Amino acid sequence: MGVGIQVEHLNAWYGTTHTLQDINLHIPANHATALIGPSGCGKSTFVRCLNRMHETNPIARAEGTVKMGDLDIYKDVSPVEIRRRVGMVFQRPNPFPTMSIYDNVVSGLKLNGFRNRKVLDETCERSLKAAALWDEVKDDLRKKSGASLSGGQQQRMCIARAIAVDPEVLLMDEPASALDPVSTSKIEDLIFQLKTQYTIVIVTHNMQQAARVAENTGFFLNGKMVEFDSTHKIFTNPKDKRTEDYITGRFG
Amino acid sequence: MAAAVNLPSQPEAPEPGQRPPMDFNTRGMRINTAWRNVVNGIVSGASILATVLVIAPLIAILIYLLYKGASSLNLDFFTKIPAPVGETGGGMANSIVGSGIILAICSLMGIPVGIAAGVYLAEFGRGSFLANAIRFTADVLNGVPSIVMGIAVYALIVVEQKHFSAFSGGVALAIMMIPTITRTTEEMLATVPHSIREAALGLGVPRWRTTVSVALRTASPGIITGCMLAFARVAGETAPLIFTAFGNQFWSLNLNDAMAALPLQIYVYAISPYDEWHRLAWAGALVLIVMIMVAVTLVRLFANRGAIRGGN
Repeated sequence: MGVGIQVEHLNAWYGTTHTLQDINLHIPANHATALIGPSGCGKSTFVRCLNRMHETNPIARAEGTVKMGDLDIYKDVSPVEIRRRVGMVFQRPNPFPTMSIYDNVVSGLKLNGFRNRKVLDETCERSLKAAALWDEVKDDLRKKSGASLSGGQQQRMCIARAIAVDPEVLLMDEPASALDPVSTSKIEDLIFQLKTQYTIVIVTHNMQQAARVAENTGFFLNGKMVEFDSTHKIFTNPKDKRTEDYITGRFG
Repeated sequence: MAAAVNLPSQPEAPEPGQRPPMDFNTRGMRINTAWRNVVNGIVSGASILATVLVIAPLIAILIYLLYKGASSLNLDFFTKIPAPVGETGGGMANSIVGSGIILAICSLMGIPVGIAAGVYLAEFGRGSFLANAIRFTADVLNGVPSIVMGIAVYALIVVEQKHFSAFSGGVALAIMMIPTITRTTEEMLATVPHSIREAALGLGVPRWRTTVSVALRTASPGIITGCMLAFARVAGETAPLIFTAFGNQFWSLNLNDAMAALPLQIYVYAISPYDEWHRLAWAGALVLIVMIMVAVTLVRLFANRGAIRGGN
């Protein structure tokens, strides 16, 4: 089951650039939360702070409190452990090119030393079914490289890989921006199903996508969170003038 | 055709006529297909010619070796040790085995150290003073004449131990292998996209495991090629062995004793005044080159076995 995320006074820097400025918000459990905003506004940095991927860049740092359930992810746990509990799907599909489809899906378990064949097989099937990819690949799980699939299939495989480690939160950084409309709609259907089990945070450039999949939406601008409210409210009756300007297409 | 799209939702669409119509026959845009085909033919022809020029000497050497050496190859060559001066016959069994042992020693030392140093340069030390120093040293070491490696190891190990040894020969060759392997490993790791490392880190895989099981594994075909190149290069080296393994006319499997090696035996025979020894030297060269080819091919087959081929 998913957990809620409480973010308090989160600040992040790349070198001397202050990319996130005092972010405060509550992301409810088992809901999809969309983050919208123009390029470079800090949405991606924000989600990367939620699983401490931000720190893998040597010039980047973050300060503040991020609580997942009762767990302060910057104080109570190591980055490696938090990333096992917070799955991430990236903008471009990033399958492991040397691994088969099967190995790609169970890589999170295998690379962490898990070897029980029966459990791996079950996890692979369950994850691929959850990612709506099972029927398309079940016949060549071990024969084909993960990189030989189409872009949309690769991205669903990456989602399967992320949920195979049974995370509590799923972060998606523009998961459909490199995909065609058909693949995009499959990913969106998937988010709809997955949010019953996981807390989903999705970054998107596509405002219709945010409106379709998310209960709540946050609008980021220049490293600050301008507004956070129910998706319906953001898109019909935003409080802030800048949000209104952005969603009506006056800039960005 | 001018773009005359009049959708009501696009008030900013340019008025028809504002944008010049696309016409591939206007000056400047005209494409001279015939000329392009000529250029294409010239470039393809030049690259084929270059390939032939590169491969021709290799084939010529192999044919010449077969011509000169094959006639001296017989069972004795692979089973007997060199005959004393004045007697005919004899073989290079001890040199073939000796080369195998010395190359095994140098591979066991040089390949792990070389790869580990390359991993440090690419993954952990990027941009640090130590990494830059190591990279510079490796490049300089690559250009040091092989005889200097032999003398250096002679001074460091042979003089200290007061005897020649197969082990010191292996060390000298390992030092020659390391810079090539280190730099190849670094460059191959640099070609692994960062997004793949992020995929592993994002799954909660520790950094060392990401490096070993994802980055190194993805780069492994290139790294194996680098190791094979380094191996093939040192397998034929004579100079570093002169002061270290020294050579031996008799059987010796003792790592702490002088040991025969094919390049050394070829060298000794080739500079001798006897026709018989010259023929044996040609045969030795042929065996050496075939051994290297077999070793490289076996490693390739082994490395490719069960490999998943990616790509779209």
